[in-house]
Amino acid sequence: MKHSFIDRYSERSSLVHGLDPRTKILTAITFVIMVVLTPPGEWQAFAIYFVFLALLTLVSKVPPLYILKRSLVVIPFVLLIGIFIPFLKTGSSSGSYNIWMWDIPKSNLILFGSIIIKSWLSVISLVLLTATTKFSDVLKGLEQLRMPKVMVMILSFMYRYIFVLTDEVLRMKQARDSRSFGEKRSRQIKTIGNMIGTLFLRSYERGERVYAAMVSRGFDGEIRTLSSTTMRAADLLYTFSFLIIISLVCLSLAI
Amino acid sequence: MKNAVEIKNLSYNYPDGQQALHGISLTIGRNETVTIIGPNGAGKSTLLLHLNGIIRSDGTIKIFGTPLTEKNIKWVRSKVGLVFQNPDDQLFSPTVFDDVAFGPLNMGLAEEEVRSRVQKALAMVSMEGYEKRSPQHLSVGEKKRIATATVLSMDTEILIFDEPSANLDPRAKWGLVALIEQLPMTKIIASHDLELVRTLNGRTVILDKGHIVCDTSTDEVLSDASLLEKHGLAPAPHISMSQV
Repeated sequence: MKHSFIDRYSERSSLVHGLDPRTKILTAITFVIMVVLTPPGEWQAFAIYFVFLALLTLVSKVPPLYILKRSLVVIPFVLLIGIFIPFLKTGSSSGSYNIWMWDIPKSNLILFGSIIIKSWLSVISLVLLTATTKFSDVLKGLEQLRMPKVMVMILSFMYRYIFVLTDEVLRMKQARDSRSFGEKRSRQIKTIGNMIGTLFLRSYERGERVYAAMVSRGFDGEIRTLSSTTMRAADLLYTFSFLIIISLVCLSLAI
Repeated sequence: MKNAVEIKNLSYNYPDGQQALHGISLTIGRNETVTIIGPNGAGKSTLLLHLNGIIRSDGTIKIFGTPLTEKNIKWVRSKVGLVFQNPDDQLFSPTVFDDVAFGPLNMGLAEEEVRSRVQKALAMVSMEGYEKRSPQHLSVGEKKRIATATVLSMDTEILIFDEPSANLDPRAKWGLVALIEQLPMTKIIASHDLELVRTLNGRTVILDKGHIVCDTSTDEVLSDASLLEKHGLAPAPHISMSQV
């Protein structure tokens, strides 16, 4: 079956695609940290971040709509967590709005808006990273950056089998739909429960088979890999321009 | 010359207590091609998993004359390669290269050697140039070939296939059969695909309910319709055995 792999556009060639995965991972993480550390309400800084990401998107030749769609996925989760922020009582409020029966401090609203924007900007940068880098290269990069091999392995298995599992779920759904119609809600829920149980058992069994396949090829618990790839001039250039952006933002904050 | 595989009195119970293998004894000579046929649930896969120590139980297994023990398990696994039925179980790495290199890396080979083995193994299954592809983008036939390469790269002297033709369309199946025929080492193939068994033509063992019920030449087994019928292996009534 066809899936929308997160590295669908990673085969294209552009300046961003050609960068070393390590450069991209490091700058993406630095960017996220920078965004998170920016004080709430610094709309100017957020605008600069956004322009930076927009420029990167243009250079990377990945369809901007794709990035936008992917990045919006996270918004509902952030809303769910952040929805209570406006109602929290804080001592140092400088003015407030009266909405229906609540007294909402202005600073809380600014905080709420900033959190949504921050998370959105962070996700865009990560979507850009995964859209322009083959997943296997992201893993290689993480490994070269000394991420524990077990973690890299877990990520690798997750990405390898998530689509196999999705296929399995789709097939189970088709098998159910072809036999069930007009069922009561309560029975439908029971069926879904059974499906989840079956999926768990099948994944568990698959895990055992995969492990058998690893062991039969001499796996003894130690993860061995080959290392290679070197940083190039383009990577240095990109890192430098990234640093310039950071200092620009810091400057604008100081003013 | 020592035999490739010697199994003596091997019995195995599933964890739930049900007996899967009853006192199996089987000797396979060097460079022999043996097909193991039997209905579903006969114990074929269980038997194969014993041969490189994935499953351990009582009874002795000798590989090239050396009994399989906890101590020499690494050596055994570098001699006995197993291609699993479902290539999605065998190919677990982000790229084809990583998967084919997995065995050689675990054998502790140097980087240059690993790379050249990967090249050689991919060439043997005619999948050169697939190194950077990720397994999830491949067709079942391609996955099966790569799965074979992951074992060929270890340069094992005994090669075991569990249901190699499962889920393959005829073209992919015959391509894989031709590949298996070319390989020079000792081969053990478990299947209930009689077309495949006939083509590989060598020695055939029938396994049913955990017992070896027949062990003779492929021709003899396939010409005995009542024997096949008895063990649930006969083809559809309107197809005669000579057509298989």
